[in-house]
Amino acid sequence: MAEELKKVDVVIVGTGWAGGITAAELTKKGYKVVALERGKEQSRNDFIGAKDELKYSIRYDMMQDLSKDTVTARGSMEETAKPVRNNNYARFGNDTGGASVHWNGVSLRWLPYDFEIHSQTVEKYGAKKIPENCTIQDWGITYDELEPYYDKFEKTAGVSGEENPVGPPRSDKYPNPPLKTTPSIELFKKASTNLGYHPYRLPAANMSETYTNPDGETINACMYCAFCEEYGCDFGAKGDPIVTVLETARKTGNFEIRNESTVTEVIHDGTKAIGLKYIDNITGIEYIQPADIVVLAGFVFTNNKLLLKSKIGKPYNPETQEGVIGKNFTGHFSNISTYIGARGFFNNEKWNLSMGTGALGAKVDDYAGDNVDHTDLDFLHGYEIRYYHLGQRPIDNNHVPEGTPAWGKEYKEKNLFYHNRSLIIRAKTAFLPNRYTYLDLDPTYKDEFGDPLIRATVHYEEQDIKRAQHGVETCKEIMTEMGADIIDLVDVPDDVKFDSKFYTNHFLGGAIMGEDPATSAVNNYSQMWDMDNLFVLGGSSFPHNSNHDPTETIGAFAYRASEGMIEYLGGEGGLLVEAKQTSKA
Amino acid sequence: MADNNNPKTESHDPGRRNFLKNTGLVVGGVAGGSLLGGLFTNQMKSDDGKKGKNEETAKVDPSHARVFFGRFEDFIVLATATELIFPEDDNGPGAIGLDVPYFIDKQLAGTWGINGDDYRQAPFTNLEGLKKIEKADEKVNHSRANRGKIFLEGLRLMNAESMKRFDASFDQATEEQQHEIMGDLAAGKLDMKSIPSDAFFALLKQATLEGAFSDPLYGGNKNMDGWRMKEFAGARPSYADVIESEEFVKLDPISLTDYQRKK
Ligand SMILES: Cc1cc2nc3c(=O)[nH]c(=O)nc-3n(C[C@H](O)[C@H](O)[C@H](O)COP(=O)(O)OP(=O)(O)OC[C@H]3O[C@@H](n4cnc5c(N)ncnc54)[C@H](O)[C@@H]3O)c2cc1C
Ligand code: SF4
Repeated sequence: MAEELKKVDVVIVGTGWAGGITAAELTKKGYKVVALERGKEQSRNDFIGAKDELKYSIRYDMMQDLSKDTVTARGSMEETAKPVRNNNYARFGNDTGGASVHWNGVSLRWLPYDFEIHSQTVEKYGAKKIPENCTIQDWGITYDELEPYYDKFEKTAGVSGEENPVGPPRSDKYPNPPLKTTPSIELFKKASTNLGYHPYRLPAANMSETYTNPDGETINACMYCAFCEEYGCDFGAKGDPIVTVLETARKTGNFEIRNESTVTEVIHDGTKAIGLKYIDNITGIEYIQPADIVVLAGFVFTNNKLLLKSKIGKPYNPETQEGVIGKNFTGHFSNISTYIGARGFFNNEKWNLSMGTGALGAKVDDYAGDNVDHTDLDFLHGYEIRYYHLGQRPIDNNHVPEGTPAWGKEYKEKNLFYHNRSLIIRAKTAFLPNRYTYLDLDPTYKDEFGDPLIRATVHYEEQDIKRAQHGVETCKEIMTEMGADIIDLVDVPDDVKFDSKFYTNHFLGGAIMGEDPATSAVNNYSQMWDMDNLFVLGGSSFPHNSNHDPTETIGAFAYRASEGMIEYLGGEGGLLVEAKQTSKA
Repeated sequence: MADNNNPKTESHDPGRRNFLKNTGLVVGGVAGGSLLGGLFTNQMKSDDGKKGKNEETAKVDPSHARVFFGRFEDFIVLATATELIFPEDDNGPGAIGLDVPYFIDKQLAGTWGINGDDYRQAPFTNLEGLKKIEKADEKVNHSRANRGKIFLEGLRLMNAESMKRFDASFDQATEEQQHEIMGDLAAGKLDMKSIPSDAFFALLKQATLEGAFSDPLYGGNKNMDGWRMKEFAGARPSYADVIESEEFVKLDPISLTDYQRKK
């Protein structure tokens, strides 16, 4: 029998941006908050001297311990899913601060089109433009409504950036100027400008200068140390939950992080959540932490797993298309997004590619969202083109032109020669949901406690492939203009299938947001329609995937949800948004 | 810290020449098959202190003992194979000179060798199923056999294949013969039980590159020469002062041992 602990105001699963923002906002208002975190306690001290590529980028020391829990994956409903066994296929967060600590820091707003994707598409192109199996839907909120929360996130995380010439309207400029630039970034910008595109610097949660955020937390200036993506920051120079929101919450005296605590179930009575059941990883003792508000912020897989296991909401059924939990799973799948593009080899140039920062670079948004007219395109939504200067580490970067032998003298020669002479331009594509791409519980494989693993079924539709191929072509166009001597494409074949790789850690959906409880799990405060004191935060609430990275939008919605929770606790409770019936009965 | 913020002022000597001169283990030219065997045997001998007093002998490295590989015959196949993948040349040392074989031996003896961080619940995927998986690393991940077992099977198979074809152990075969076997391995043409052989080639190559380019604390990348060859500066605290430079800035590498001592 699990031991029941003393009730608190709010209990949260997870300490990443989603959980951390909630903790800061509620503790500042005087509420007592407990966050349950399965991983170990960690602070900046753990990152000092952590410039070890083998440990962090190759053995993935900061990522989820898959020996305890993982996901299973398959490319269609006909296949038997296999478990993801190694972190090379799953870079999920694990310890205090979650993946929000070892992220790059690329901080992007999504587009007005994203939040009203269904209605705007129908209005502009007619309902027929939406492919049969595509399940895009509006989010029940507009960009303008979300904008203040974006602004808040950017100020908390200290984003360094410049105005996007083709971006959505902003109420204020970025809190910090853009990071330093480099010759290869300038080359990319020049080439894309020549071609008529509108490049701008990647907005980065790596500080261009020392910065103090509105909560009074100081974030130091970035050193361009190049051990950033997949690493915690040595210098307290990356906007992450440890140096911002978790610290803000800690200072209130109202906050406790309970590490090594794996949440296994939401305890509820059918209408209200009572608390969270968790296991102490060290002792194996089970506890229940009751609270007035229960928050799931354990990333997309844990959020969905907990809802399904705890039997909250109606599970999605791809055959009947009824139910919600598990629906519209999407992401940046690496063989049709993010890791595709054009690599150029330059015989007469040499750059300082070993230097860099997680979000140092530039991008082009001309094909983002609905920025170009899609009437004659065979896909909806779009992609962005990126050049990153994130610090090229030597184990992970062994690029040789196609046709080079895979080993031996010539291989070594070219490997060494091109190490500082090759650049890659990548396309980050949107992925639109379809009825056959969803999450449910695996029938075979179990986690360390004997609970079923979450299973992802990921089917690529034709439009997803076309969009990606278009993106690769644009990368090639820009790389050609940049003057590479040899260009190799990381291409997308017509018959490409999901490769079970969860590398980008941009995975979304399953407990999606909307205005109708029949087609969504939560409202625009991330509040469960079926259980008003349960809030489900993070990418799990996104009904589709944009071409932009998700974290700033996760942060913005966490601010909005926190506002809702404060209203809920201070008032009568109940739903914060009135449900609408938009779907056909 | 202040000094490191201004790496432009630091010495640009890559030290490769010195390294080659100073090490007693790797001598000029591409090491052919039979030479390699000799190299290792010599090394063993020098460790035994059998070399003459006046001979320039390398200092015995106490980390040069095997922990995973019980049999020297397996280790010498590993050493030969890694050197074949990443040979010594004018740029600098090859896998052996970088201590890659010892690096791999140590890795196999730890968590990585037993897939200790991986999800290891059955059912696994059988050989037919593994062949259908596209990516080589995924084939390795889904095998029932852990990396240690895969390495032993793969290396012994390469050796047996060499005996069968050329009547010589892999390390004693000619370089051309060794490349022939490596080619078949990489093409998936050798029959392994644990994984398709192309996946073993990929694993071996990945491990070789890891040993050449990881921090020397793991026992490879000897003298940071792997990094020097790539003009990679290692665990540097800051590039803030130089990142904007129009020119390529060559810096001497810093290891984690140096870096952590500074704190
Ligand atoms: C290498 C890398 C680079 C990235 N770069 C970028 C980028 O540049 N831009 C961008 O927008 N996004 C980026 N991302 C994605 C970004 O990290 C995530 O979108 C973001 O961290 C999600 O925040 P979160 O709070 O929802 O989840 P997380 O930060 O992952 O936090 C979830 C927490 O919940 C805990 N948890 C999970 N299950 C349980 C359980 N059962 N019990 C207790 N605790 C649990 C986890 O241990 C974790 O600490 C990157 C991701 C990775 C891996
Ligand atoms: S590159 Fe900058 S933000 Fe990233 S880890 Fe280094 S100092 Fe920190």
